[in-house]
Amino acid sequence: MIDGTDKTKNKDKENFYEYTKKESYQQEKVENENMEIEKELYTEHNKEYDIEHDIVVIGAGPAGMAAAISAFDNNVKDVVIIEREEKPGGILKQCIHNGFGLHKLGRELTGPEYAAYYEKMVNERNIKIYCGTMVIDITKNKIITVQNKDGIFKIKAKALILAMGCRERSRGALNIPGTRPSGIFSAGTAQKLINCKGYSVGKKVVILGSGDIGLIMARRLSLEGAKVEAVCEIMPYSVGLKRNITQCLKDFNIPLYLSTTVAEIHGSGRLEGVTIAKVDENRNIIEETKKYIPCDTLLLSVGLIPENELTKNAGISIDNFTNGAIVDENRQTEQSGIFACGNVLQVHDLVDYVSDEAEIAGKGAADYVLNKLNGQIIIKTVPGNGVRYVLPQRINLIYEYNKNREDYKREISLFFRVTKPFGKIKYTVKLGDKVLNTAIRLKASPGEMEKITIKANDLEKISNKDEKITVNLEELS
Amino acid sequence: MIYDVAIAGAGVIGGMIARELTKYNLSVLILEKENDVAMGASKANSGIIHGGFDPVPNTLKAKLNVKGVPLLYKTAKELNVPFKHNGSIIVAFNKEEELVLEELYKRGLKNGVSDMEILSGEEAQKLEHNLSKEVTKALVVKSAGIICPYSLTIAAVGNAMDNGAELKRNFEILKIEKTKNNDEDLFKITSTTAEDVFSRYFINCAGGFADKIAEMLDDNFFTVIPRVGEYMLLDKSEGKTVEHTIFQVPTKNGKGILVTPTVHGNLLLGPTAEEVYKYTDTKTTQKGLNTVKSLAKKSVPGINFKEVITSFSGVRASEENGDFILQKSKNVKGLIHAAAIDSPGLSSCVAIAEYVVDILKEILQEDGKELTENKSYNGKRKDINAFKKMTVEEKNLFIKNNPSFGKIVCRCEVVSEGEILEALRINPKALDLDGVKRRVRAGMGRCQGGFCTPYILGLIAEELKIPLTEVSKKGKNSKIVYKEL
Repeated sequence: MIDGTDKTKNKDKENFYEYTKKESYQQEKVENENMEIEKELYTEHNKEYDIEHDIVVIGAGPAGMAAAISAFDNNVKDVVIIEREEKPGGILKQCIHNGFGLHKLGRELTGPEYAAYYEKMVNERNIKIYCGTMVIDITKNKIITVQNKDGIFKIKAKALILAMGCRERSRGALNIPGTRPSGIFSAGTAQKLINCKGYSVGKKVVILGSGDIGLIMARRLSLEGAKVEAVCEIMPYSVGLKRNITQCLKDFNIPLYLSTTVAEIHGSGRLEGVTIAKVDENRNIIEETKKYIPCDTLLLSVGLIPENELTKNAGISIDNFTNGAIVDENRQTEQSGIFACGNVLQVHDLVDYVSDEAEIAGKGAADYVLNKLNGQIIIKTVPGNGVRYVLPQRINLIYEYNKNREDYKREISLFFRVTKPFGKIKYTVKLGDKVLNTAIRLKASPGEMEKITIKANDLEKISNKDEKITVNLEELS
Repeated sequence: MIYDVAIAGAGVIGGMIARELTKYNLSVLILEKENDVAMGASKANSGIIHGGFDPVPNTLKAKLNVKGVPLLYKTAKELNVPFKHNGSIIVAFNKEEELVLEELYKRGLKNGVSDMEILSGEEAQKLEHNLSKEVTKALVVKSAGIICPYSLTIAAVGNAMDNGAELKRNFEILKIEKTKNNDEDLFKITSTTAEDVFSRYFINCAGGFADKIAEMLDDNFFTVIPRVGEYMLLDKSEGKTVEHTIFQVPTKNGKGILVTPTVHGNLLLGPTAEEVYKYTDTKTTQKGLNTVKSLAKKSVPGINFKEVITSFSGVRASEENGDFILQKSKNVKGLIHAAAIDSPGLSSCVAIAEYVVDILKEILQEDGKELTENKSYNGKRKDINAFKKMTVEEKNLFIKNNPSFGKIVCRCEVVSEGEILEALRINPKALDLDGVKRRVRAGMGRCQGGFCTPYILGLIAEELKIPLTEVSKKGKNSKIVYKEL
């Protein structure tokens, strides 16, 4: 097991009954699979790769598992998942709080339960998960180099689905001045130490960033007996989910300071305190507002960065706003046959939407393998007023439409985020000047992903292929 | 036990001196106040192997820099420490600075530096595409290079230990007394935890604390001026922004803000140069980081600051006269000072070690003692990065026998469990999280240990046979987790 913890303890704590029941079975299965790889290696050694599969999924988190299931259900049966950790589930394994699956499954599950639900479906389809296996490289020809305890292997895929997730922005990336003591954790690292390893990280805590992980950890630390002195947010609003602000901060009397940041870190061995300060509209520190808070722990929840190092290796372009690959409506990247979904593509607010997106990518990859993807024209989507980005960034159209085709009537969902919090607003999707759809919302927050659909057949009469689809936001009084 | 030589400070100088001494039949003890080696200036500096044009001619700095560079390249090879011969470019932005370049060029010739050339701004931009268009002239020094300073220190101490030297960590010297044992003059060195060790000779290379050590022996004739330098480190994605080390013309406080690739492929910017009160004042400041940013941009405007992965600061131990202090004490018999080693100390370190050992030989001769060669001395050190350098076939074979090398723990720097265990087992063993990081780079990458820290904590606890709550970031009061739930 990767975290080397006392398993019995976690079982009680995390209460993921279904999941743990399968644990021994899962361990056994993993070993057999790795031996199988080995066997395959010896039988087919004289190629530029060792093993071949129709679809290879990188990452067995929520995105990877849902994508694999969707690919399988769309008629490609040779699907495998590569997972670097010893167990599938990704970050969900450490998210022992509830709130997962409300939209997707109509049930409120914990992270491990949500993961177990998908893992069960993966197992029912006999989709192999190679755990403890790290992908070291991918090429645009879809050759994947992996390393595990059996050695280094090259796998050739007909289609590849990237589902590597994201990492947390670190203290270094923020350049917070001061000393370099222990006791500074990214929120997810602290979450793993507490929930998976069973160790508390500190007694007096300040949290920088009011993203969801920060909020969840404020509650988690309070429940473990720590005193959370403050949650500081550099923006004038929180990007966390409303329900988390209520349930994790207000219910525990933890103050949330907006337009506030950590200006300096103090302490030589262990953290001794932080200086917090208000910032002006340009996020510059206002000197007079500096205030010292003694604390032994600083948690950072200051943003997530999609882990696209492999994506870049394959020469795939990255969107400057999402920090993920540029994809079309099937979640296919610029390299044909390489798809991306989940937090490696764009940081999601809810795992439910990760699963939705992964299903699209899984179907796309299956269709690609079955030669069913044959778009001819690409239309770009662009964010308009008040919108930060739109995903997919491009839509593939088949120029000569056969009206009997099933995909003629298909709906395409556009996902996007707004630039700042808004009251009542109207979204308008246009192709050139032509309005494709509108929607009215009572409010919108940059922390929550928005969605609007368009119909593929509305794009048929496109006159100028340089025309773009824009998503605009209009404030209503 | 009475040691022949005690060395105060396990920095690059202490390490190199210790290694040099183990070539002879001497018992050597290195005393270090921290939980690891390379915890002072050797940990956080620019890692530049300087050509030798900068020091004032006829100083120790000038002499040992030029002599030291080829020695350093040779030693780094023996110790399997990565270095790169990438060359330096010193850039001028106006007539005044062009004059300084000319001056440096002449000084370089005087110091015996070869391979220098003055280029026009355009020529320099051709050589280095991302260089500012404002550069009017540039001095290229081809013999210059880059090296990882803490890897070098760790390797030097490790190799000295492999050859018989002993390392005592967390030994902070409280006092040093001269005493006698059977008519033999000895140093009695007492730690803050009341531990005593005895030695016949004593070498002071305590960096920022060298003046305090001298004071303990009533030999205080110099004062260390701690000067802090702040740096920013960028992700490996930016490592190719420049190929050479780009300097601006030096000022009296140092060699100015540089932009350089590191041997590991990152991009390093810095340092500032601020005098501070205390040698331990290694904090970064908003002002300092802003200075690094704006001056680095002056040389290379296109730096992608979005990819900064960490910032840090290091302190160099300077001295008023501006030269190294390498001499036997005038007052205390058997005492040698190797102090005030600021830039180009790293470039000179092997030459400094040889110089100091020559002083010791002189003293031994005066004492009528004979120095014999250590026949079993082996200057080569096991390569901790050996696995990374293997071909795929070799790796496969190796993993078959050592499966832990197949298991990747640090995803950003691709470090396996096997390599981390090596860091915890090879001299000088890592005893904390930062120690692992400096040896095999686990946690050094873009996520800064976000993912691998919990697992590495477990490996350290298991290997050192301590509870997880005792595992620290950098020894002493820097524990990481607080209690078991």
